Amino acid sequence: MIKPETAITVSGLEKSFKNLKVLKGISFSIKKGSIFALLGSNGAGKTTIVKILTTLLKQDSGNATVNGFDVASKPDNVRQSISLTGQFAAVDEILTGRENLIMIAKLRHLNHPRQAADDLLKRFGLTDAADRKTSTYSGGMRRRLDIAMSLVGKPQLIFLDEPTTGLDPEARTEVLKIVKELADSGTTVFLTTQYLEEAEQLADRIAILHEGRIIANGTLAELKKLFPPAKVEYVEKQPTLEEIFLAIVGKKRGE
Amino acid sequence: MDAMKRHFFSDMSVMLGRSMRHIFRSMDTIITVTLMPIAFMLLFVYVFGGAIQTGTDNYVNYLLPGILLIAIASGISYTAYRLFMDMQRGIFERFHSMPIARSTVLWGHVLTSLVSNTISVVVIILVALIIGFRSSAGVISWLAVAGILALFTLALSWIAAIAGLSAKSVDGASAFAYPILFLPFISSAFVPTKSMPSGVRAFAENQPVTSIVEAIRALLSGQSVGHEIWVALAWCLGILVVAYLFAMLAYKRKTA
Repeated sequence: MIKPETAITVSGLEKSFKNLKVLKGISFSIKKGSIFALLGSNGAGKTTIVKILTTLLKQDSGNATVNGFDVASKPDNVRQSISLTGQFAAVDEILTGRENLIMIAKLRHLNHPRQAADDLLKRFGLTDAADRKTSTYSGGMRRRLDIAMSLVGKPQLIFLDEPTTGLDPEARTEVLKIVKELADSGTTVFLTTQYLEEAEQLADRIAILHEGRIIANGTLAELKKLFPPAKVEYVEKQPTLEEIFLAIVGKKRGE
Repeated sequence: MDAMKRHFFSDMSVMLGRSMRHIFRSMDTIITVTLMPIAFMLLFVYVFGGAIQTGTDNYVNYLLPGILLIAIASGISYTAYRLFMDMQRGIFERFHSMPIARSTVLWGHVLTSLVSNTISVVVIILVALIIGFRSSAGVISWLAVAGILALFTLALSWIAAIAGLSAKSVDGASAFAYPILFLPFISSAFVPTKSMPSGVRAFAENQPVTSIVEAIRALLSGQSVGHEIWVALAWCLGILVVAYLFAMLAYKRKTA
């Protein structure tokens, strides 16, 4: 029996593409309602893990359970309780923002698709752009709509595969805020990213994936203990370019 | 599992509504699948038609079946294009990670192809009526024509599905339609095969388009259809089954 407080349990997961072994025995588990960040460089296998857990890909061996259902034998039950926001914004560019949300609401068989769409448009600040084709949206707006589409029907677990890749700093901050709010409302978040500071800011638990293996897994405090104790040094604090950019842009906006 | 089956038709209608919107919002699609065939028809009737000897006094009547097939063949290249774009963008994966009847992701495109081609065929027939097309066919014959055209559309749509699923680029996804688009020209669609040199004639008389064109032409002119209709049906069904199987194979390979 799976403990009800576990959202995901993975053990001994392996996957190869032709001769290339991408996953070499992955094991971890994620607590319900937490934010779990999977860190790794490009090609480390992050997306492969997400695809297996979201039933898009079958593993070669090992087990994976999502919300109490085995991904290989009960994919339909898994799909009922999850949502995927993939690496590329999965919005229909020819439809408007509103039509995109209504489409997903209908596919989730909600009773009031229009109402569900209106609520999400409002929550994500897209009401004004609701009736424009999404091909006219900025990258940040598209990503917001993309995440909004994943929240239709209030899934218990949401997968965000590199949700901030390709976004400008402002849009990135916005997306991170959304992720935080999601977790605060009780949704379990599985996040992959190559930006270490994102994981540091958000995640309850962080796992580092390297060459097909999880080489570290724990809370930020636990991971920090793996390194030699910090030496105290006095360094003049220089603002990062990102901080400068945000400060200038923020000032302009305030005027 | 039951839930997936129960929602098949509602999921299907969502998919159909989605890609029909794609068509109606794309001027390019409307021009290519409806206006181009009409322009072809006008060109052949009013420019080339006077020089073509078909043995009939009404060239529009002779020409119409071939024009309809060309319209359908150009329509399906957009089916492949739309499917390919879905695969490229994340929307295909989003659908697949949702609790829907998965097969509707493919069937939605095929059904859209059927519906949109029906619309363009009807529009083209209306224009043909305006420029002098006349038919003595009864209800049964018209139904038979509709049936053959629907089968032809389905067969080509599944070929389009193979192309859309396995293409590596946008160009590749729609390029497969060109040879199909060319077939009507080497058939009895525009000129009788009698006028062709023997090698070309042998090809023209034994390729699917000729038998389909002849069957539709006979049905529309109220003549007895003879064995042509069975040859036409056999071609359509044969292509349909083979293309469907290969499309499913390509689909399985993409989603395994």
